[in-house]
Amino acid sequence: MTITITQILFWILSVAALFSALMVITSKNPVHSVLWLIATFFSISGHYILLSAQFLAVVNIIVYAGAIMVLFLFVIMLMNLNRETEPQKNRWIKMAGAIAGGCLLLVLVASLKNVESASTIEDVKGGDVGFIKRLGKELFSTYVVPFEISSILFLSAMVGAVVIGKKE
Amino acid sequence: MHLLVIDWWLILEKSLLIFGIIGLSFFIAMYTTYAERKVAAWLQDRRGPNRAGPFGIFQPLADGGKLFFKEEIIPLASNKPLFILGPALAMITALLTSTVIPWATPFITKGGDVIAMQVADVDMGILLVFSIVSVGVYGIMIGGWASNNKFSLMAAIRGASQMVSYELPMGLALIAVLFMTGSLKMSEIVGNQIENGWHIIYQPLGFIIFFVCALAECNRTPFDLPEAENELNFGYHQEYSSMKLGFYLFAEYINMFISSAVMATLYFGGYDIPFVNEASWGLNSFWMTVISFSVLMAKISFFLFVFLWIRWTIPRFRYDQLMNLGWKKLIPLALLNMIITAAVILLLKK
Amino acid sequence: MPITHYIILSLALFSIGIVGVLTRRNAIIIFMCIELMLNAVNLLLVAFSKMHNYAAIKAAADQKLPITEAILNTGSEGQIFVFFIMVVAAAEVTVGLAIIVMMYRNIHSVDVNFLNRLKH
Repeated sequence: MTITITQILFWILSVAALFSALMVITSKNPVHSVLWLIATFFSISGHYILLSAQFLAVVNIIVYAGAIMVLFLFVIMLMNLNRETEPQKNRWIKMAGAIAGGCLLLVLVASLKNVESASTIEDVKGGDVGFIKRLGKELFSTYVVPFEISSILFLSAMVGAVVIGKKE
Repeated sequence: MHLLVIDWWLILEKSLLIFGIIGLSFFIAMYTTYAERKVAAWLQDRRGPNRAGPFGIFQPLADGGKLFFKEEIIPLASNKPLFILGPALAMITALLTSTVIPWATPFITKGGDVIAMQVADVDMGILLVFSIVSVGVYGIMIGGWASNNKFSLMAAIRGASQMVSYELPMGLALIAVLFMTGSLKMSEIVGNQIENGWHIIYQPLGFIIFFVCALAECNRTPFDLPEAENELNFGYHQEYSSMKLGFYLFAEYINMFISSAVMATLYFGGYDIPFVNEASWGLNSFWMTVISFSVLMAKISFFLFVFLWIRWTIPRFRYDQLMNLGWKKLIPLALLNMIITAAVILLLKK
Repeated sequence: MPITHYIILSLALFSIGIVGVLTRRNAIIIFMCIELMLNAVNLLLVAFSKMHNYAAIKAAADQKLPITEAILNTGSEGQIFVFFIMVVAAAEVTVGLAIIVMMYRNIHSVDVNFLNRLKH
């Protein structure tokens, strides 16, 4: 059995993603949570690159790490939230939440573990479906109407945020 | 049984290139600090640093030595891990941007192997530069917040909102260039300019917008509000001392160097030599690589000089003026530029 | 990598997001956990898109059919869907954070348990 670089990277990135996702929900300090979530997004971007979905990898970093998380960080820093102001739930609710989540994971994995594993995605170099040329052509021919509608969604979200955030 | 199947030769070649570029970035950043003081002195009719070595050329080494031996202070109330992470992130993001820039024509060995003078010619090219620039905000924000000082925090928020705002017109100006090349690959952007002439001829407005945004992204005057030391009580690195402060300052100079390289590559033909057809000279590929590399370095030095020149020419903007310029002037201008470029390209195609 | 690896990875990420929503009281952290769940789904969609693409090309090659553009494009819907998820997530975050900021202004806290005024 040979171990390829892809496999090693897959395991490293998976461990990094899971560890930083766990740190997101266990950190007491909200700023730490934000930074761990950014780390999660970077490891998910790494997975996209392994799957040779380069466009989504870069867009994931630009949109999530570069824009959305900056917004979160801004809000947390301006509200001056830190360890002391962080609301705590009692131990039993935490435990119940963890057990519920664990059960969900168990059920989902049990139901999906026997999916037909014949079709592997071993050969990530096979298709260039994640490249910008192919995705761009699809996006601006077949999916051009949803694309335009999403721009209207953005505009309305922007106006909505300004209206909500304004002081009366 | 092969445990690992790796092309060691490729790894050696790429790591040599990476270390070369990092070394070069540090060297240029060091001497940009020297050039900054010399240019300032020249514009103000002074002599500038001239004690360390002939014409003071060892001044950067003396400055670096001073920074290294200063006492390292980490404020008691600061968030220690993040306090250290801030300058590290600033430096990493500054250095990462250089990965996709083509530095010279490919070098062909005697065996016929082609060695590209570029760390990675990825399909995403310029978009990758953008993603790294957008992550560069964190170095400032984390450093400012972790200092646990309200002035640092305010400066960090000023700096971050400035960088986020100026990324938009920068991207819009860039889209017009991408319309013309039809590719995001840096090597193809340079190739297109070698064939059809530099983009500055077709995109003068786009270049001006891009340049203004590059000034703002590097926190240079007239947009250096994040570190306005006189009127705004210094910047996000107020609590930093020793080499951590050095990292922030150094990262800024490396950003200047890399953004000059990006501008030269996008608008000024990259490593292309103007007005001549260098392919007809019949030089061997080693000398071609050397010459094209020095041409690119000459263009970069010119941009670095313009950066320094502007610093001593234009006074600092007020914060509301900065935001007005970014959102109300540059974005509409960049959109207009984009629409005109698209229309002209469509008309010419018919 | 087999597709099952990706399924289990993204299920684990999704469950971590759910545990976060259930156990935390800070509205911003709950919001971040929702983003984490969206990302887990995105990862799975990309993996499935590559799987279908690979399967289509392999099937065409096995049957000695010419590999057309349509076959090379198989699975691109998944990635375009991910793109739209990111777009909608960005819009959602702008409005959601504006609402959280408003809530903080009114009740000076981001604790979701204090947000029970609709009950009375």
